[in-house]
Amino acid sequence: MIQSPIIETNQLVKQFGAFIAVDHISFEVATGEIFGFLGANGAGKTTAIRMLTGLLKPSGGNARVLGFDVYTQSELIKASIGYMSQRFSLYEDLTPMENIRFYGGIYGMSKQKIELRADEILGELNLTSFKDQLVKSLPLGWKQKLAFSVSILHRPALVFLDEPTGGVDPITRREFWELIMRYAHEGHTIFVTTHYLDEAEYCNRVSIMVDGKIAALGTPGDLKQSFQSVNMEEVFLRLVGNPVS
Amino acid sequence: MNAQLKTFLAFVRKEWRHIFRDRKTLLILFGMPIAQMLIFGFALSNEVKNSSIAVLDQSKDEISQQLIARLDASKYFDIVEHLQYSQQIEAAFKKGKVRLVIVFPPQFAKNLESQHEIGIQLISDASDTNVGSTLVAYAQAILNEYQKELLGRRSLPYSFKTELRMIYNPQLNASYNFVPGVMAMILLLICALMTSVTIVREKEMGNMEVLLVSPVRPVMVILSKTIPYLFLSIINIVSILLLSYFVLNVPLKGSIILLLAVGILFIITSLSLGIFISSMAKTQTVAMFVSLVGLFLPTLMFSGFLFPIDNMPLPMQIISNAVPSKWFFFIVKSIMIKGLGLSEIWRECLILLGMTIFLFFISIRKFDLRLKI
Amino acid sequence: MTIIWTLIRKEFAQFFRDSANIRMLLVMPVIQLIVLPLVADYEVKNVRLCIVDQDHSTYTFRLIEKLRANHHFIIQSAVPHFGDALKKLDKDEADVVLVIPENFEQSITLDQEPSLSACINAVNGQRASVGGQYLLQVLQDFNMELRLQWIQFPRFKPVPLLKVEYSYWFNPEMNYQHFMVPGILVILVTMVGFILSALNLVKEKEMGTIEQINVSPIKKYQFILGKLVPFWIFSQIVLSIGLLIAFVIYGIVPSGTIGLIYLFSSVYLMAILGAGLLVSTFTETQQQTMLIAFFFMMVCILLSGLYTPIESMPSWAQQFNYINPVAYFVKIMRMIIMKGSSFSDILPSLLSVAVMAIFLIAWAIRSYRKNY
Repeated sequence: MIQSPIIETNQLVKQFGAFIAVDHISFEVATGEIFGFLGANGAGKTTAIRMLTGLLKPSGGNARVLGFDVYTQSELIKASIGYMSQRFSLYEDLTPMENIRFYGGIYGMSKQKIELRADEILGELNLTSFKDQLVKSLPLGWKQKLAFSVSILHRPALVFLDEPTGGVDPITRREFWELIMRYAHEGHTIFVTTHYLDEAEYCNRVSIMVDGKIAALGTPGDLKQSFQSVNMEEVFLRLVGNPVS
Repeated sequence: MNAQLKTFLAFVRKEWRHIFRDRKTLLILFGMPIAQMLIFGFALSNEVKNSSIAVLDQSKDEISQQLIARLDASKYFDIVEHLQYSQQIEAAFKKGKVRLVIVFPPQFAKNLESQHEIGIQLISDASDTNVGSTLVAYAQAILNEYQKELLGRRSLPYSFKTELRMIYNPQLNASYNFVPGVMAMILLLICALMTSVTIVREKEMGNMEVLLVSPVRPVMVILSKTIPYLFLSIINIVSILLLSYFVLNVPLKGSIILLLAVGILFIITSLSLGIFISSMAKTQTVAMFVSLVGLFLPTLMFSGFLFPIDNMPLPMQIISNAVPSKWFFFIVKSIMIKGLGLSEIWRECLILLGMTIFLFFISIRKFDLRLKI
Repeated sequence: MTIIWTLIRKEFAQFFRDSANIRMLLVMPVIQLIVLPLVADYEVKNVRLCIVDQDHSTYTFRLIEKLRANHHFIIQSAVPHFGDALKKLDKDEADVVLVIPENFEQSITLDQEPSLSACINAVNGQRASVGGQYLLQVLQDFNMELRLQWIQFPRFKPVPLLKVEYSYWFNPEMNYQHFMVPGILVILVTMVGFILSALNLVKEKEMGTIEQINVSPIKKYQFILGKLVPFWIFSQIVLSIGLLIAFVIYGIVPSGTIGLIYLFSSVYLMAILGAGLLVSTFTETQQQTMLIAFFFMMVCILLSGLYTPIESMPSWAQQFNYINPVAYFVKIMRMIIMKGSSFSDILPSLLSVAVMAIFLIAWAIRSYRKNY
């Protein structure tokens, strides 16, 4: 059975005045994939993700997320996805419990379900003793993990993660990815942007954006082979045209 | 030293760009004094005129009609309702339609002729005591005119006249009082409020550390933030003066140079206060709140601009002496409207200068000490 | 509905956690209501007279005593020369210089109608004109006294006299504070409502927390209402504290029903909060919002008839007040508190403000963008 892609874009463009941030990108993401959207800072990743989540209207091209059109059905998209950004996800002046209750309420979850999931999450992350302290007082790594758990509170089929591991130590990063992969293995799709190229190894497929265009697309293995590289960092460097000794 | 100066100027340029790019704020910063001047100059006047009044004419004869016509013709009154019964008086007031009700008793002309004395009742809505008493005074004046005509003499015997001369402001132009006040308000707003919020914003956003780590001394960082507002304020003072002179016809009797000098002095005062507040506030909301309640409001209240200081209870009058804007207000008034020079007001200028120097140094010190936060 | 409730609950949790907010809610009413009325006294009193008495007769002595006895005036000094007196005006030591010419008493008795001259510092126009009126009244009274000494009525051909009696309703003690306090209550509630609501939304924009809202299925009207309701409640709390203070400290008991005050404030707050949220949909930083909000508020408050009567304003200002909710509330508040106006009295204003509220809230919802 051919499953239609959960995300599909066709010649998607975003222009800010004369500056073209996203330059005619086309790609598809299949259900259940962990899709990595790699690229340097300023390559256009965040702009792309904001278009897919309905936060930004494209300047041109098409895109469908969960079968919904990003131009006309953005609200329907929002009802069915999860989102977490590095800039912000949780209210710092609320407790973990209050944040969970808030987001649960937003996505229409019942009270019992919210309480149940809250216990699960807090237990998993070892945050039970922190549940009534302000999020502000949690260390960054725990905040990020909590933020991720909250973003999947309502079990969305598709989660968008925008640079979720920024500024976090390597161990926490690995723990974070364990959480992501566990969620993916339950059949959910993950769309994650990052500038940590080593995280590409966790993904099923990756695309690398350079100056607003998709310069490479494929599984990490395929890309390493095509670019005769040992790791994704080399792939990237070759792509960008820097000679590797 | 030269390198320090260059870096300082670079900071100033950066701050200037920040401010300049924020068009909305700039618009308000320039538009507000203009709007205030126009409102104060043209719209706000304590002169009472066109007041809606009602008459209850219980006789409706020639004389009462005549008097009513005179009242209506006067620029002070606008007869909007002719009541029929005295029970309607209270309702008319309660609806908020009239401020004064004039009652003419029945058989007015007849009784005037026969009994030589007839009473007219003025019922005034004293919610606003000043307007209430003023309307009564105006009505009395009109009726007294008529009284004089009745007597057929130019004036009563054994009289003396009184000439009232209004000094400094013959047309009783309300803006004379307001212009210095508007100046003080705008300067405080720009220099204290904006400065403190700008500085605290950097603190809140976390950018402050970056600046403090640069080779420029912290004091310079702070000062670089205040310089653009200094210029903006000078432009505002000039525009206020131009507006008041050309559009509102407020005189500029004294020395303009002295005026500008005092203006700049007050700018420095306000900037110091802004810096002081920013050293204490952790978030922008707090900075704004403290600026408004701790600075702006007392200025409004105690400077003598909106509310007369002489009317305040003694403790308040004493407090008002500690408010820099009170002195600024007095000095500007004296220069602009009374045309006094330095020789007459040097005492007040000295006080303001002293306050400014004091505030400037303690605020810089406070900021230096609070660097950790 | 649950979504709105969820949003409201979050606002409450955030608001009360920040102690600065609680302090503000309590401190604002106290400061405004306690300090402002003490300070905002426009009653004309303590007018300082400097008398230049060039006659030194019994008449002038009596006149000075009469002036001294009048509670509006203070005899600041008596100087022999006019020039010295003017200097006192310059230095703001005196407000009025009264010059009694030579041979004043003699001229009166000879029916020569002498002239007193009063020079009034008119920088504060209102104080000058009202003060001038008071002075004239005292002088006229004095003149009448003198006249009656000389004239007995039967000696004169009977002449019709208009006797004018006046009475002051609703505020017989001419208590200026009773007049100011209702107005200050309006300012209080307006400031809290308008500025708080505007700042709150912009803060979320500035901090970036609004993105999480925008990416969720929350509808625009749910978001706006979710902001409106909590701040509506906070503002009503402030109003209640204000009314309490007005009662405790000034003994002001509304002549009308308190329920009417709340009815009007409920609708009024919808308009004010709507306006605040509307402003914040256009601004990006708290600083901008603060300035713009302050600007609009100041214009509305100044023109609202709080300080100066609306009838004295030029027609453009009066036209503006048709869409100035503050003007309505100031008027209504005074009407209810001081005159005991009823529901039917306030209905026209209530409807006008309701229309404004609907318009502003709808515009705010429309103007808020979940995507760009």
